[in-house]
Amino acid sequence: MSQTHPPILRESATFDRLVIQEIQRAAETGIYDIRGGGTKRRVPHFDDLLLLGASISRYPLEGYREKCGTDVILGDRFAKKPLHLKIPITIAGMSFGSLSAQAKEALGRGASIVGTSTTTGDGGMTPEERGQSKQLVYQYLPSRYGMNPDDIRKADAIEVVLGQGAKPGGGGMLLGMKVTERVAGMRTLPIGVDQRSACRHPDWTGPDDLAIKIAELREITDWEKPIYVKIGATRPYYDVKLAVKAGADVIVLDGMQGGTAATQEVFIEHVGIPILPAIPLAVQALQEMGMHRKVQLIVSGGIRNGGDVAKAMALGADAVSIGTAALIALGDNHPILDPELRKIGSAAGFYDDWHEGKDPAGITTQDPELSKRLDPVLAGRRLANYLRVLVLEAQTMARACGKSHLHNLDTDDLVALSVEAAAMARVPLAGTSWIPGVTKY
Amino acid sequence: MKTVDLSTASVRELNQALHGQAQQLTERDWAITHPAGKHNIGVGIDEALKIDIHGHAGYYCAGMNKKANVTIHGNVGVGVAENMMSGSVRVKGNASQSAGATAHGGLLVIEGDAGARCGISMKGVDIVVKGSIGHMSCFMGQAGRLVVCGDAGDNLGDSLYEVRLYVKGAVKSLGSDCIEKEVRPEHLIELAALLAQAGVDEKPENFKRYGSARELYNFKVDNAAAY
Repeated sequence: MSQTHPPILRESATFDRLVIQEIQRAAETGIYDIRGGGTKRRVPHFDDLLLLGASISRYPLEGYREKCGTDVILGDRFAKKPLHLKIPITIAGMSFGSLSAQAKEALGRGASIVGTSTTTGDGGMTPEERGQSKQLVYQYLPSRYGMNPDDIRKADAIEVVLGQGAKPGGGGMLLGMKVTERVAGMRTLPIGVDQRSACRHPDWTGPDDLAIKIAELREITDWEKPIYVKIGATRPYYDVKLAVKAGADVIVLDGMQGGTAATQEVFIEHVGIPILPAIPLAVQALQEMGMHRKVQLIVSGGIRNGGDVAKAMALGADAVSIGTAALIALGDNHPILDPELRKIGSAAGFYDDWHEGKDPAGITTQDPELSKRLDPVLAGRRLANYLRVLVLEAQTMARACGKSHLHNLDTDDLVALSVEAAAMARVPLAGTSWIPGVTKY
Repeated sequence: MKTVDLSTASVRELNQALHGQAQQLTERDWAITHPAGKHNIGVGIDEALKIDIHGHAGYYCAGMNKKANVTIHGNVGVGVAENMMSGSVRVKGNASQSAGATAHGGLLVIEGDAGARCGISMKGVDIVVKGSIGHMSCFMGQAGRLVVCGDAGDNLGDSLYEVRLYVKGAVKSLGSDCIEKEVRPEHLIELAALLAQAGVDEKPENFKRYGSARELYNFKVDNAAAY
């Protein structure tokens, strides 16, 4: 029978167009797909939680008149000089190499304007970054690229990196197009190599060794600097306990939504757990050790707005950290760049080929012409504005919950919109008192 | 000479005193007694001191050393002279794993044997081992020279960058992208100088040279099995 209307084509749920495209790409190239950013799939997240504002049983604070504190002290367990931040939102570790020097400078400027810290990355400390960051956390990574005691002494804190939410268990990657003369020099590498960072630290294995390594860093810094331990969210209950036992001052917990400069797509999407279930596991570990609020917990991975900040803190975090959102605030994926992004096969809002170094925003590139497009002063102001908005939004919600400090938010202020989120976050399903796995329905 | 007895003083007190020499130099020669395998002895030194440790030291002895010349009259634990920047460290006995890991400069001499991962991720240091070294040594080695007068274990120089390796004895196996290379006259000169600097009586002609084939420097489909 002849057909009189266009057929309705049925797309496979298993082999959808993206899957088909990836199979075709793999068949043509023989190499896995690499990209930047964090997971793109929908996972249970802070959107699946709601804050309960005040009512008869609780009364709110005046939104514009009553104080809602935002400061946080990080690293006062052992360090003589803990960090005192004005806001509980820090800038996550991102390397010079993956980012331009201008972008690193802008991150430092923006963070310093609002009184928070920024963090180095896999590639050492640049003068631009140190110069503009009033409080700078120096990452101690398996590769130890650019690691030296002078920079350790210049840092305000040290972050021993064991993992990253986007790729827990995996090492870093910086493809040859971004390994320029300066980047190669800082990392003691040949120019233009596809740099693969180690996934394991070269001089210790296991938690007992970690304790000695942390002690070494404390000795080198005369016990002045806080020592953070960063883990990718996989088994946070055990990892947090081991890190605390090893002597960490601060735990940095990064969920699978956390970004990366370059990692295999399949790794980003299929390894690790979201930050939502990771926080309660970490908090449980700290509470059982009697260390909650004594060893501070910084969480990251998909923090976008003040609601996310408030919810993360209500779940027990002392602070949050942002990476991808900070880059967007600097100018990444801005609509004005759409024509140029389309020329390189992407579009504003979708660009994630950060490893290729062609970013027209001048952020995820080492191309000198592209890099100089980013004005560090202007971009720093944009970041500061964004951070202020995050704080204002979080304060607004905290006041509505009757809290005079963001740290006073707690799980009693939260409910979940789905059974899954309730189970993961360990808060009641909205409209019930049911916490799956904790209470009976 | 200043003597610090670690049976009565703490490692913290010792390191604080050594660090203080960078601010105000009061004593160049230091003797450390009764180390008893303690960890983190002499880490983060930033002055041209002469330090003799009389006994065995634990993990990370002389870690991140700058300028100082440290001699350990005994064995050392994991990560001796890790991330050293300059100066020298000499181990009279044996060294455990990861000796000289990620070190950027200076000279590390091990008069006995070294364990696994000797020179892992080294970034410019020179390491001379009078004995043998364990498996996975010089993994991802980036720069510097590693000289081994004895044998080398499995997977020597895996994923090597630009370190030059000289081994006198047998190499159990080479790691990915590590190959034997021709010993040219300039290498004999370089090796003779290193041996002399380390105080090791060996003939350069008896050593073989190994280095990176540089086939893994950039991703290639044909090398997928090596990644």
